[in-house]
Amino acid sequence: MSLYQLQKFLYVLNRDEAAQQKYRADIDSLIGEYDLSDEEAQALREGDIGLLYVLGVNGQILMHYAAFLGIEWFDYLDLMREGIDKHGPVRDGVYAMTGGGQSFTVEEKKR
Amino acid sequence: MSLVYVGACSHAPGITGRAHLVENTAKRDEFYAALDQQRQDIEASGAEALIIVAAEHFANFFMNNMPAFCIGIGGSYSGPIEDPEWLKIPKATVPGAPDLGRRLVREVMQSVDVAYAEEWKFDHGIMVPLHFLTPKYDLPIIPVNINCQGPPLTPLHRAWTFGEALRRACDSVPDKIALVSTGGVSHWPATPDSGKINEAWDREFLGRLMRQERDKLLSYSDEETYAQAGQGGFEIRTYLAAAAAAGGPGELQFYTAELPIFAVGVTVARFDIAA
Repeated sequence: MSLYQLQKFLYVLNRDEAAQQKYRADIDSLIGEYDLSDEEAQALREGDIGLLYVLGVNGQILMHYAAFLGIEWFDYLDLMREGIDKHGPVRDGVYAMTGGGQSFTVEEKKR
Repeated sequence: MSLVYVGACSHAPGITGRAHLVENTAKRDEFYAALDQQRQDIEASGAEALIIVAAEHFANFFMNNMPAFCIGIGGSYSGPIEDPEWLKIPKATVPGAPDLGRRLVREVMQSVDVAYAEEWKFDHGIMVPLHFLTPKYDLPIIPVNINCQGPPLTPLHRAWTFGEALRRACDSVPDKIALVSTGGVSHWPATPDSGKINEAWDREFLGRLMRQERDKLLSYSDEETYAQAGQGGFEIRTYLAAAAAAGGPGELQFYTAELPIFAVGVTVARFDIAA
C-alpha cells in the first residue's frame, strides 16, 4: 500500500542534496516524514537493494539510489538477483526480472 | 524553416559510466564517432538552440503530478543528479533558452496541453547525449519530456501529435533550432536483465521509423512493447515525436546490439526535414 511513499522517499533523496545530508545524519528522522511499513523502513535503513527491488521500486529510482550508495554496477545487478532468491518475484511495477537471472554481458560473465 | 536539424540518439548511463568496462572497444568507438558526427551536423546546421526530447527517469516528475508532456523554459539547468563518479560526467550548469522556450510553449499549447517548467534537473537521460553533442555546454538547451516511465503513459499517437506541434512551434519563430530525441528501443535497464536486447524488434521498429510508417508505428501496444522490448521500449515515444517533427525519411546512421554493457541497442539517426 505504501509503495508510492517508498518510491517518493527515494525520488526525493536521489535529487535533493539536503535530503541526502539528512539521510546521512539522521535517517530515522527522514524516514519519519513518510508513511512507510516496517519492512520498507528497514529496507531503507539497511540500503537493502534486493528487498527494495522485490517491493517494486521503479528500476530507475533504485538504480540512482544504488549509485548514491556507491554500489558498483555488477554488484547492483547481483543484489537484485539475491533479492529475488530471498524474497521471491518482484511484487509490483514494470521492472520485473524476465531473464531468469542470467547475465547478458560478456563483461559481467568474465568478472 | 527554423527547424534546421532533427536527429535521434540513445541515452543510457552505461554509455559513459561503463565505457571503461567495454570489451568490444572497436564497436564502442564506432558509436562514439557516430555521436561526434551528430555533433558536427548540429553545429553545421547553424542551430542557435537545441531541443532535446527526453524520457526522464524521476529526476523532476513523479506520480504526485506527472505531465504527459513538459517543456523547459528555465534560464539554466544543472546535472547530472546522479553521482558524477558513477556516471563519469562531472556536475555542470547548462544554459537554457527561456525566451525561445516560452514562444514555443505558447504555440504548442494551441494544439497540445503541455506543462512547462522553469526548474529542471538533468539526469543521465539528457546529460549523456549533451556530453557528446554539446560537450562544452555552450548551446542553449530546451529540455522536453514525454512520460515514458510512470504509467499511465503518454499514448503513442499523442507523442506523434506532440511532435507535429513542436514542428509548428519551431516554424513559427525565426530562430534556428535543432531537435534531438533521445530514447530507447528494446532494453531492460536497471533490472537483472540489463544487457538484454531484442535486435529483431529494434531493427523492425527503426526501419518503420526511418520510413515514416506512421500507422504501423502508432499501432504498437504497451503490452506488446513490454513483452518484446521491455519497459525500456516505452521510450519509443521520443523517437516518434522526432519523426513527426521532421516529417521526412530518416537515415539510421548507427545501430548495434553488440554493446549490451550499455544496456540498450545503441542508435544514432538523422531525419530529413520535410518542407
